[in-house]
Amino acid sequence: MTGGPVLEADGLSKSFGGVQAVRGMSLAVAPGELVALIGPNGAGKSTCFNMLMGQLRGDAGRVRIMGEDVTGWPPRKIWRRGVGRTFQITQILPSFTVRENVQLALLSHQGKLFDVVTRARRAQSDVADALLQRVGIVGFAERACGLLAYGDLKRVELAIALANRPKVLLMDEPTAGMAPAERIALMELTAGIAKADGVGVLFTEHDMDVVFGHADRIMVMHRGSLIAEGTPLEVRDDPEVRAVYLGSSLDPEGP
Amino acid sequence: MGPHSSPRHLDKTTLGFFLVQVLTGLSSAASLFLVAAGLSLIFGVTRVVNFAHGSFYMLGAYFGLTLVALFGDWFGRGHLSFWSAILCAALVVGAIGALVEMTILRRIYRSPELFQLVATFGVILVIQDLALWGWGPEDKLGPRAPDLRGAVFILGQPLPRYDLVLIAAGPVVLGLLWLLLNRTRFGILVRAATIDREMVGALGVNQAWLFTGVFFLGSFLAGLGGALQLPKGGADLLMDFTVLAGAFVVVVVGGMGSITGAFLAAVLIGQLQAWGVLLLPQSTLVMMFLVMAVVLVVRPFGLLGRPELVGHGRQMLDDPLRPTSWRFKGLVLLLVLGLAAAPLYLGTYGLVLLIDILILALFATALHAIIGPGGLVSFGHAAFFGGGAYAAALLVKYAGTPMALNLVLAPPAAALLAIVIGWFCVRLSGVYFAMLTLAFAQIVWSVVFQWGEVTGGDDGILGLWRAPWVRGRIAYYYLVLGCCVAGILALRHGLSSPFGYALRAGRDSPLRAEAIGIDVRRQQWAAFTLSGAFAGLAGGLYAYSKGSVFPNEMAIVRSFDGIIMVFFGGVQHLSGPLAGAAALTWLKDSLLRLEMWRLLLGLAVIAIVILFPQGIAGFLKQRFGRFVGIRSELSS
Amino acid sequence: MKPLLELAGVSAAYLGAKILFDLDLSLADGEVVALVGRNGAGKSTLIKTVMGIQVRRSGSIRYDGQDIVRLPAHAIARLGVGYVPEERRVFGDLTILENLEVGRQPPRQGAPVWTTEALFEIFPNLEELRHRPAGQTSGGEQQMLAIARTLMGNPRLVLLDEPSEGLAPVIVEQMAAAVGKLKSQGLSVLLSEQNLRFAGVVADRAYVIESGHIRFSGSMQGLIENADVRRAHLSV
Repeated sequence: MTGGPVLEADGLSKSFGGVQAVRGMSLAVAPGELVALIGPNGAGKSTCFNMLMGQLRGDAGRVRIMGEDVTGWPPRKIWRRGVGRTFQITQILPSFTVRENVQLALLSHQGKLFDVVTRARRAQSDVADALLQRVGIVGFAERACGLLAYGDLKRVELAIALANRPKVLLMDEPTAGMAPAERIALMELTAGIAKADGVGVLFTEHDMDVVFGHADRIMVMHRGSLIAEGTPLEVRDDPEVRAVYLGSSLDPEGP
Repeated sequence: MGPHSSPRHLDKTTLGFFLVQVLTGLSSAASLFLVAAGLSLIFGVTRVVNFAHGSFYMLGAYFGLTLVALFGDWFGRGHLSFWSAILCAALVVGAIGALVEMTILRRIYRSPELFQLVATFGVILVIQDLALWGWGPEDKLGPRAPDLRGAVFILGQPLPRYDLVLIAAGPVVLGLLWLLLNRTRFGILVRAATIDREMVGALGVNQAWLFTGVFFLGSFLAGLGGALQLPKGGADLLMDFTVLAGAFVVVVVGGMGSITGAFLAAVLIGQLQAWGVLLLPQSTLVMMFLVMAVVLVVRPFGLLGRPELVGHGRQMLDDPLRPTSWRFKGLVLLLVLGLAAAPLYLGTYGLVLLIDILILALFATALHAIIGPGGLVSFGHAAFFGGGAYAAALLVKYAGTPMALNLVLAPPAAALLAIVIGWFCVRLSGVYFAMLTLAFAQIVWSVVFQWGEVTGGDDGILGLWRAPWVRGRIAYYYLVLGCCVAGILALRHGLSSPFGYALRAGRDSPLRAEAIGIDVRRQQWAAFTLSGAFAGLAGGLYAYSKGSVFPNEMAIVRSFDGIIMVFFGGVQHLSGPLAGAAALTWLKDSLLRLEMWRLLLGLAVIAIVILFPQGIAGFLKQRFGRFVGIRSELSS
Repeated sequence: MKPLLELAGVSAAYLGAKILFDLDLSLADGEVVALVGRNGAGKSTLIKTVMGIQVRRSGSIRYDGQDIVRLPAHAIARLGVGYVPEERRVFGDLTILENLEVGRQPPRQGAPVWTTEALFEIFPNLEELRHRPAGQTSGGEQQMLAIARTLMGNPRLVLLDEPSEGLAPVIVEQMAAAVGKLKSQGLSVLLSEQNLRFAGVVADRAYVIESGHIRFSGSMQGLIENADVRRAHLSV
């Protein structure tokens, strides 16, 4: 059925040395939907993310991608099921050019990682360039990634994440370190892609402009649990969320 | 058969025998523990794997020898004289370690972590020659400790009296180290620096001072280990490498950075040696390998170890692979043409040297593929070089197959070895990987060395006659040239293929690689195997060039040569190994005629590491890259 | 009055990327100054720049009249600059007491002298835990330990990087009280903070940093009353 969630998690829990980082988190993301996961540092957002992506094995709970149970799968297998990811601290391949970063993801998607005959540089450069065009950095295609500015790296990550035509995008603080105008542009781009391709996007973010400006739905975590969920308006007025996260006295748009 | 019968079977002699066997094992664990503990301490704080640690152990033995004699002359041959000589020997070695740290390593802490190793290789060479110069080539018998001659009898079984001292030494040193690390400010700072040395600096502690102190302590322990075993084992010029492989196994099994782990592992290995000698005298090292393999499969970071901490060290970045310019291709063509014409202008001697250079360039290129793009520093590639050489030699000896077939079979044979060794090694990374590969290579070496009936042992295998069509020097030169150029080009091509890209991705960012579907370990394992195959080809060619093979082909020194060539040339550059092989082979050849050539070579290695941290190819690229249309992008 | 810390034309790069551009900043003896701005604006980099870790820096940084821009971190610490990093970086395997021992430096003229006893008065939680490995304590306790460890060096100036980050509101209140106590002891504090409420309680003056440039400087009160600046650079 169309409209069924592309990403679902049920009762995810994880503790580290007796400290419960995440307890009983459940969530669902529909195609084309942008869901923001917010909360103070240490609330368990990153742990939650890492469990969804297979980086971490949870103590309990299930993860489903498009209905298929992927709990306990390694990240590379989850990726093959159609999950793209960007990292809080950008993880690109600095000794490759921007285009090559995308080409390698394309090659992996086609199962050509053990090809020792052809030249990787020649593989699908047009497809790669189209992706770079889509995120607006095709002009940097030939540059070494190690030389790019931080904001552009975030775009490279997005292009890489789109290479396997994902149904789910997991973005950990996608706009951290970007200038305000860049942030809005990147999130508009992401939202456009999500709507056009029916990709479900789950992202964490500290910039409340980004969160309230672009998320369809917001989930708020505190001390490992979900404390609120709803539309931006609902969440903004939630007293508990104001108390633990948003604060009140200094919010310029607050009462 | 009643329930009372079994204790009666354990009569006094059997029990005594078991007891003595256990105690012998404990006594042989002492030196191993001291060396491993020092290695572990130094690595923990400075992140330097001190390959010269075996040399410090050897120096401890030699200084002990001299000081015991000297103190004996001065103060008589009493307890005090003997034991203070042992202690002073260790102190002298500690001071030498501190000196090495201050004069050499301190200059290169900012270089990539594994880079410092090459400098410590240099130190090994220097110390070897100094020891030879100071104490002569013959093995020395150790002095007896006063009042500890003869044996004690345990349940009727003899145990050398001195073994009791060694048995006590391990736990005593472990206890003292524990007190030092937990009850003194120095110890607390050392432990803190092991966790986060930058933060320790930000709290006002001068790291330079701390590093020197730790080097002193670590070297002191190695020296003490060497001096303490004198009455049992004496001193010789090979003990530096002998102890090194054992110490690596102990450190890896015990867990990097864990002193208690090192102690447990040393006891384990000591027992293994004691019982192994009894049960399977030819295979003690193989058993050591098996134990290590089992431990690492169950606990990848050793008995008490933890995953390697990611250092804050400076990372050197490669430039992206660019299409080679026509000018550069032209240059390569010119080089190949120049090499093809070599028989016209080189004499026999020059040609022999050139054959060596070409073969080693292939070896170094294969090694570089795993070190540079793979990001895994293998210290055991001699196993594959030697593996290829021995595969060819064994085929000749037992199957009488022709040369061409043997050369074709050498790479798969080496690859097979690499598949097995790689399966264990790619589970680890960084320093663990380096140590494990070295330990495996030592084991392969010892199998070849000890299994004389099959491999000829120390005498090697002779009589590898070349096929008639390449019997002549020049014809063989062309075969080598063809194979090596083809091999090097194939390796280069492989690195620009999707396979090579995926390998490099795993090094650049394992997180990202996994997140785009790359199984990093599998990629590394395959690359390790391929690299082993090419090293095997080089080994096969080498064997036929010399007409014989010896265990030396797979000794530590051969692995070190490979590493030095790769680092000389510059890890970040695909042409590096070529330049490195040429430079090292030429350097060795010109120094070999001199007395103390190791000393000079060692100093040259140290100088190059300090002066050209980007390697020869990196230096050339910086200076002349523009002429052939390449430029440095990331390495500023 | 001559400032205790004075930055003039300071730029800094981290891993090759330029983060700070031509900054001027000053801090008087006994003053608490807050650096505010968004995530990634350059606040932490500025703190690291003063301390001389992880960054390549240029310009002039004077502490107590001495140019420290070429000094290594340990030498700067020895002059009386204490650093409390954002990630706290306590030594997890070491006990609380051992952590404090690492920070210990001889008494220093013009700075209060701290003992473990005096620190346990400010951070009573730490006393009960003094033999526990730091890795087995909560985030709030680690933050207190990180500050206490730095105070063991008897600094005159403390650099606090994001002291309230990721802490429960109750702990944030304790932290604010602790900073207040440091100020009353005559210490100077330079802190980076995203939480304007926290900064408002503890700081005398503030600098707003955005994209590596200083966009505003003035009294804390002035910043709180200036809605335009807040909306442009800070809007939470």
